Amino acid sequence: MGDNTKKERRKFLDKGLKLGIAAAIGGLGISKITSKLNAKTNHNSTDKMELMTVDGTLIEVDSSEVLEVQHAEHDDEKYNVREGIPNRKFVMVIDLAKCKNALKCVSACNKTHYITGENAWLKVHKMQESKDTAPYWMPRTCMHCDQPACVTVCPVDATFKRRDGLVLIDNERCIGCRFCMAACPYSIRVFNWEEPKQGEMSEITMHMGGETPSPDYAGMPSRKGTVDKCDFCPHSIKNNELPHCVTACPNGVFYFGDKYEDTVTNGEETLRLSKLLTDKAGYRLLEELGTAPSVYYLPPVDRLVDFEKGMENYNEFQSMEKPEEQ
Amino acid sequence: MSKYDALIDDLAPRKFGRRGTIWTFILVVVIILGLIAYIDQVNKGQVVTNMRDYALWGIYISNFVFFVATSFVGSATVAVLRLTNNTWRTPLVRIAEIISLSAIVMAGLTIMIDMGRPDRLLNLFIHARLQSPITWDVIIIPTSIVLSFLLLYFPLLPDLAILKKHHSKTKPAFSKWYGKLSLNWTGSKTQKAIQAKSIKIIAIMVIPVGILLQTIDAWLFSTTYRIGWDSTNMGAYFTSGAFVAGLGALITVVFVIRKVRGLEHYITDYHFNKLAQYLLVTCLAYVYFNINEYLIPIFNAPVEEEIHLNELVFGEYAPLFWFSQIVGLILPIIILLFKKGRKPVPMFIVGIMVVIGSWWKRYIIVTPTLLHPFLPIEGVPESWHHYFPSMHEWLITAATLAMALLIITLFVRFLPVIPIERIAEEKGILNTDKSEES
Repeated sequence: MGDNTKKERRKFLDKGLKLGIAAAIGGLGISKITSKLNAKTNHNSTDKMELMTVDGTLIEVDSSEVLEVQHAEHDDEKYNVREGIPNRKFVMVIDLAKCKNALKCVSACNKTHYITGENAWLKVHKMQESKDTAPYWMPRTCMHCDQPACVTVCPVDATFKRRDGLVLIDNERCIGCRFCMAACPYSIRVFNWEEPKQGEMSEITMHMGGETPSPDYAGMPSRKGTVDKCDFCPHSIKNNELPHCVTACPNGVFYFGDKYEDTVTNGEETLRLSKLLTDKAGYRLLEELGTAPSVYYLPPVDRLVDFEKGMENYNEFQSMEKPEEQ
Repeated sequence: MSKYDALIDDLAPRKFGRRGTIWTFILVVVIILGLIAYIDQVNKGQVVTNMRDYALWGIYISNFVFFVATSFVGSATVAVLRLTNNTWRTPLVRIAEIISLSAIVMAGLTIMIDMGRPDRLLNLFIHARLQSPITWDVIIIPTSIVLSFLLLYFPLLPDLAILKKHHSKTKPAFSKWYGKLSLNWTGSKTQKAIQAKSIKIIAIMVIPVGILLQTIDAWLFSTTYRIGWDSTNMGAYFTSGAFVAGLGALITVVFVIRKVRGLEHYITDYHFNKLAQYLLVTCLAYVYFNINEYLIPIFNAPVEEEIHLNELVFGEYAPLFWFSQIVGLILPIIILLFKKGRKPVPMFIVGIMVVIGSWWKRYIIVTPTLLHPFLPIEGVPESWHHYFPSMHEWLITAATLAMALLIITLFVRFLPVIPIERIAEEKGILNTDKSEES
């Protein structure tokens, strides 16, 4: 019995194989014939065309053979929101010696990003390590870490790290679990607890610029139940402009630049990044955690202005200017 | 009436009395209120909660952790006691399985309540990233739900067949359903062999899965840089806490069911004594991990951690911290040390203390840490410096607890809470019945 079935199976396989081969050969033959038939019809045309090949020699081609070719897309050179600008690595240097808590950076950031909540993306902290050490003002942006804790824990890849160093959020994908906020040791992320009251403003700018909404465009409307944060202004970077906090600062506190080019600028002076960091003993915030931030700080030494002057603008419980009641 | 029939009569599910109806009604009302609050939350956004950018997780998460911990009772009693050949578990396992299933189902639901965008739930599958501890949760919670269900269902098959026969004349509609659910159980040798093997496999699987579930829950916290969460102690700490929370819930529910259904002959002082000893051991283990977590850092805590610990022990959270430590852990241990403390009524009180203590313990683990970030909390309204749940949060959380209790209540209503067949077998009255039949 067992022997029989085995034989039968072999027979079946054998037949199947033969049939398959026959079909394949037949198919090949048919395609050959049809292609020949097609070629014949093409031969009727007599027009010739002169063309230049890529290496510069002239050739003559039957005009019927000439077909319009779609341009090859250079995907690697094309700008991709999730990949960033190729061959760049954006960094920021914040010179604490210059900061007077003028808060122009904060208001510029709030305005250009249409921030409507009660927690600004960019804040200036009043810092003092201990009673015996000097107080100083510390602007704090997103650190755009190279080992971002927020990106690691995101369950849906809504927050992502780009090759040019930026950490951004796709708020059309974010599920609002807030794990990234819990993971961020710098507590920089803010949540849209309610429908953002951005009104039509953001929508208008969005369409004026002809941009489609994407995580790196400042006009990207905030979404209820999703996370927002400082984005290093990729919409400005793309146009070779500096982030808004850099240009708004009256004291030249913020330097922005490219680590690969080894230059940073605050709009007035352009400096060598490596030299600046060595000369002024630059450091990064909470270096020991290993998050590898892209933001460097220069220690608050040789300050020209008294710390106390900044107290005029200091408001412990507010980082957003309240709109006037109408 | 033979002994066997009397046994079935005792243990078969019964219609609600007046108390049962009122109880169920109250639960349904609480659930409806919570549902209304939740719909409001979805419409307005989580601004209706008191969570904000610093206290970014609140009782939704601590309640979730509580449910996850409670669900461990299935692994803790059914599987562990089975592997250690503790036969006293027989009248208790079904209740433990029911609690376990309802708790893990509710854990899955509560974590969704915390989502800012529940409408994007499917993103968790479409865009899943394996390195995120939340994805681990997405994998382990459904696994646990399936295992908990099977752990309840497979041992139930013979009882369902018994109920089918029992109700065949009095309630034919019920009988039909029990028959369908019993999957044509006849009690034949092959069926029994398959059932025994399946239960064995599930009972063994449920232990590593249960421990994984607790540990992943702990890793949700310990994978962050936060002071108070960033601790290697967390996995073991959560698992030992789950033993305590689960057993506390079991003791409380067992006491109530025994009282309501008059099962004093089946669940005796002996069983309570055994449960008490088990709870005592797990409480002591939990004390050990608490010492590791809160006492030992005194020696070498960095400044930030010291601020955090001071806040717990002496600061804003001290009342809740000491409540969960003393009422939820130390007092139960002291009571359980005495023989009188291991009687049903004191055990019921201990059970309630442990459950409430465990619930607040999770709150103490989740909230204070978030309000002690590395950088100062500045530039936000003063109310953001503190957290206490809003009315919406309380209503929704109460509804989830009520829903868990409702699931338990419905199971008790329609299923035999004590395995009939196993008891009959242990009492040796199963065979006599069969011979009478044939």
